[in-house]
Parts: sequence; C-alpha cells; structure tokens
Amino acid sequence: MSESVPLTILIADDTDSDRLILEAIVKKEGHRVVSVCDGQEAISAFIAERPDMVLLDALMPKLDGFGAARKIKELAGQELIPIIFLTSLTDTESLVHCLGAGGDDFLSKPYNRVILKAKIKSFSRMREMHNEVQVQRDQIASHNDHLMQEQTIAKQVFDNIAHTGCLDASNVNYFLSPLAVFNGDVIVAAIRPSGSMMVLLGDFTGHGLPAAIGAMPLASSFYGMVQKGFSMVDILREVNQKLKQILPIGVFCCATIVDMNFVKKKIKIWNGGLPDGYVHRAATGEVETIRSTHLPLGVLDDMNFKDDCRHIEMALGDRLYMWSDGIIESRNSNGDMYGEERLRALFDDKAQTEPVFDRILNSVHEYAEGERDDDLSLIELTMVEPAEVVNTNLDYEPQRYGGLLEWALDLELKPSTFRLFDPLPLLLNVLVEVPGLRSHSGNLYTILAELYSNALEHGVLGLDSSWKQTPEGFAKYYDERKKRVDALAGGFVRFKLDHEVQGDGGTLIIRVTDSGPGFEHQRNINNGHKLAGYSGRGIPLIRTLCDSLRYIGVGNQVEAIFKWDADD
Amino acid sequence: MKGSVDTETLSMLKEVMEDDFSELITTYIDDATSRVEQLSSFLNDKDSEALRHCAHSLKGSSSNLGATALSDLCFEIESRAKDNQLAEVGLYIEQIAEEFLSVKSALEKLL
Repeated sequence: MSESVPLTILIADDTDSDRLILEAIVKKEGHRVVSVCDGQEAISAFIAERPDMVLLDALMPKLDGFGAARKIKELAGQELIPIIFLTSLTDTESLVHCLGAGGDDFLSKPYNRVILKAKIKSFSRMREMHNEVQVQRDQIASHNDHLMQEQTIAKQVFDNIAHTGCLDASNVNYFLSPLAVFNGDVIVAAIRPSGSMMVLLGDFTGHGLPAAIGAMPLASSFYGMVQKGFSMVDILREVNQKLKQILPIGVFCCATIVDMNFVKKKIKIWNGGLPDGYVHRAATGEVETIRSTHLPLGVLDDMNFKDDCRHIEMALGDRLYMWSDGIIESRNSNGDMYGEERLRALFDDKAQTEPVFDRILNSVHEYAEGERDDDLSLIELTMVEPAEVVNTNLDYEPQRYGGLLEWALDLELKPSTFRLFDPLPLLLNVLVEVPGLRSHSGNLYTILAELYSNALEHGVLGLDSSWKQTPEGFAKYYDERKKRVDALAGGFVRFKLDHEVQGDGGTLIIRVTDSGPGFEHQRNINNGHKLAGYSGRGIPLIRTLCDSLRYIGVGNQVEAIFKWDADD
Repeated sequence: MKGSVDTETLSMLKEVMEDDFSELITTYIDDATSRVEQLSSFLNDKDSEALRHCAHSLKGSSSNLGATALSDLCFEIESRAKDNQLAEVGLYIEQIAEEFLSVKSALEKLL
C-alpha cells in the first residue's frame, strides 16, 4: 500500500556525489526529491516543501545534521516526520548523538538501495499509523467532550427526578459522591403522609449510564408513591416490577428500604443484596446487623418477589446505618479491601469521641489513601421524636391524586346481571383505589367473594349448602344453581361499601343484603366445626380475615368490618 | 590482483544512475581532487577539526563509489585527527594521493 504512495523526501548532504546517488535511488522508488547542501538550507526547504521524510547528513557546513534535526522536529510539532541520518560515523557516541537530536534511524555509506527502500517503506507505514492514531485520538477527545456534556445534562435531569427528598432532615446524615449517579448509587428519602420517613439506598450493578438509567424510574415511583401514602411493601413491589420490566438481564439494584416510624419508635426494613446494615444502640453501644435476606430489586417477577420485612424497635437516639459495597470494597495501595471487620471495629471502639458517621468516612478515606472516594454511599438515620422531623421538602408537586379517602358506594345487582356478570373485579377495582387497601386486595377479594356467593346462592336462589357435603351433591348443587339463575324473575343482591380514614389507617364496612328470606344465623355462626366442611357459608374463614362480622335482622343482611393500618 | 574500485558497487550505481552515471563519476572526481588537496593544507595549518571533517567526507563518498581502500585510508586520518594525533597523517595523505590516482584512472575508463 505504502509503495504506491509517492512521498516528498528532503535530502540534505554537502557531498555532491553522495547526494546524486541518494537522489537517484529515491527517485527510482517513485518519490519526489527536494535536495539541499547544508543544515540551514534543510530547514528552509522543510518549511517551504513540508516533506514527509528527511534524509540528513550528519556533518555539514553552516548547520550540521544534529542542529537541523532538532529544528525540524520542533517545526513538525505533532506530525511524525521521520529523520534518517546519513552517516559513516561508526562510534557509539556519535550514533547516540544522532538519536538524541531527534533522528529516527541511520543509513550508512556505502548506500544500499535495498536497505534504503525498506527503510522508507517502513517509515511511511509508521507515519500512516501515527496519523491514524492522531485522528483517532482527536476523535476520542471529541467523543469524550460530547460524553461529558451529555453526562452533565443527564445529571441535571437525574437530579430533578431523584432529588434527595427529605435527606436534609435533622436526623439524617448521609454521604453520596457527587458522581454517584454514574456509579449507580442512589438515595431517595421522603416523609409519608402519616409522618414516618421512608428511605431507600440502592446500588445498581455496573457503572456509567446503564447503571444510572434505572435510578430514574426507581426514584419517580418512590416519590410518587410515598406521597400518596402507599405502604412500603407496595412501593417495593412496584419498584421491583418496574425494574424487572425495564432493566436488561444482569442489571439489577441491590437495595435497602426502611420505613422509620417516629411515633411508635420502630422501623420496618427490607434488605435485598446490600451489605449488612447496622442498628447501633445508643444506650448499650451494641450493634445489631440487618442481613440481606432477599434478592435485589429487578430480579424476580412480582409473583416470586418476597416482601417480608423485619420490624425493629428503636429507642430515642438509636441509629441505623446503611451503606453500599463501596465502603467494604475500598482498596488500599496494596489492593486489599477495607472489609467488614474494619467497619465493625469502628463501632466497638468506645474510647472514640468522634461520631461514628465521621469515623467511618475518615477511616475509609485514610485506608484508601484518597482513592476511589466516588464509590462511597453511606447513610445514618437517628430515631428522634416525631416533632423533630419536619417535612422540609417543599418542592413536592401538589398532590394531584391521593387515592380514595372517605367514600361510600351502593351497588344493587338484579337477575340479568347474575347470569352474565361477576361484580367482584369491579368492586375490587374501587377498593384498591384506596392506597392502604391495595396490599389487602387478596383478603378483600376472599371476603367479598364469600359474602356474594352466600347472598346469591343461599339468599336469592335458596340453595341448600348441606348438598355440598358429598361429591354427588356438589355437582347437583351447581346444576341447580345454573337452572335457578336462568329461571330467576326477581330478587337482588345489594352491596354497600363505606370507607373512613382513621389516623394512619382506616375502616372499611362491607354490607351485603339479599332479597332472600334470611336464615337462622345465630345457630349457624356458633357452629364452629363448619370451618373444615364443604359448606357453611365460609363464615369462620371470613372471620379470620376481618375485624368483625355479624348478621343483621332475619339473616339476609351481613356486615363485615375490615380495618387497616398504614404500618402493616 | 585487487582493483582500486569495487566493480559490483559500480555496476549497481550504473543501474541506479542510468544516464547520470557519467555525471556522478565526474562529480566525484572533481570533489575528491579538491579534498585530497585540502587534506595537505589542513595538515599544514594543524587544523585537526577541518582535517577530520574533510577525511570523513572523502571517506563516505569514496565508499559510495566502491573505492574501499581509499575510504579505509581516509578513516585512518579521520580517527587520528579526532584524537589530535597528527604525527603519521602526512604519510597517510601521501598514500591517499597515490591511491586516488589509481581510483581516478579506473573510474575514467568507465566514462
């Protein structure tokens, strides 16, 4: 390839015959020759002709080859202009002198055409490579500038979404690198309508944009849901499901989420994949670890996701510590990790007066000798009186949609509807609009389903539940049910739902009335052994699911009371 | 008997130079003639540096023309001039003058 590229080659030699020979050889290889007789002329010719390569005699009048080489290299700047010294100098010192002056190679006399040709070719290739590297270097530099700009903008967007919420509250201490977004660490914190504080520390796998991108939906779900009073479990499930949906396989978020109740002086905590957190007791100095007992967020689908949390009592002044693995994995100059033992030892050092939070940061900083600070995320939450936690975060959007709070609903179903329509999803859809009821939708479904089938089958249709005690009777029961529904000319089932808010929770009253004649409910309800039977109106089961259940009047009206607490 | 000029070198030069071969020979002879003269005058002046420079140039151009023996004699002067040992240089200059005559006559036959 390089053979076909004609180069301009500058020859500087004060011996006419030597110069003639070189000129002839170089021209024969198809290159253009610029020929001069001394170092001074060589520099002028270099400026005027910008040759690709220079062949310089070492000893020349006016300015010798060494001086000319230095000046030419200086003029060439970042461009690679190979300089080959023409010399019959043979002593080591002189040859070293040539290289020191910027020479790239030698050609000794007598000139050998084959060797010169090979050298020109090799340097031409080196020049091409050098130029390519320079172009690529410039491209990389420009791409990097571009990337930095993008990251700055991305960071602005990210900061608007994943703002630090209520992290400026007086009971919170935290450390998060300013570049944390690009190492995948995120801390979000907000005060719930009930006054408790919810904090999530997350550490996405990987670095850079892929790690940062998952933090946005996490933060937006978190802040949106905390404000609306959703429970921690709802938020966990929502975030998990969202991350599972959007993150590629292998990208997930190790996280600890905590709900800190200042009134009841307890926390509810869930750790999926982060290092052990600590609860540091103010009174005794003891440390209780909060081990990860779950897979990280974004790994399991909603069905397999486990949301069981630990409940821990915390006295005034007790502190909770959470961190990402950046602390434990900080390395010193030998490449050894900081490790959990060192971290744990900081808590046991009772002679220390420096607060634990500062101790941790200083210790890790010292250990890592100032390196890798970007990877540290640390948060300390102190249990305080409710009055000390003021929701200082005023940049919340006004709550546009807080879900259903106090409401009532009446729904009456008539015969044609019995045949074609299942009212349960409709009712359930209404109920889950109450954030506090959402996590109970399973139980609510069971309660509504039992009460509805009792009202329809026994009340309206008059079917006898005792039929269901044998397998044959069971089949007969359902045949008969279908016949009677099809033939039904009148009757109704009436639902009346009533919801009230009480403190951190609420009460739902479900009243179901049917058009039937009622039944001897006193006897039935006290009949405890029916729990295991095929029938019996499922009353014992419902009783375990709600706070109270009673039949009213002749027994065609039933009332179930279901209470929920935001803390559950 | 070994000639003053290496015929292999010269035939390579002939191939490379083509029509300019004669010009090369005359250029060399002119250049070398004046340098051989200069050597004596630099020795008279005891100018070691000029002597070294001159011998060095003649050494290089002679080797390029295949005048190996002449080139080797120049090297002797060059290295002595470098060390400022001028005692035997006069003798070498005489040998150079003699050797150059035979190189010159060998080259002129090729014209």
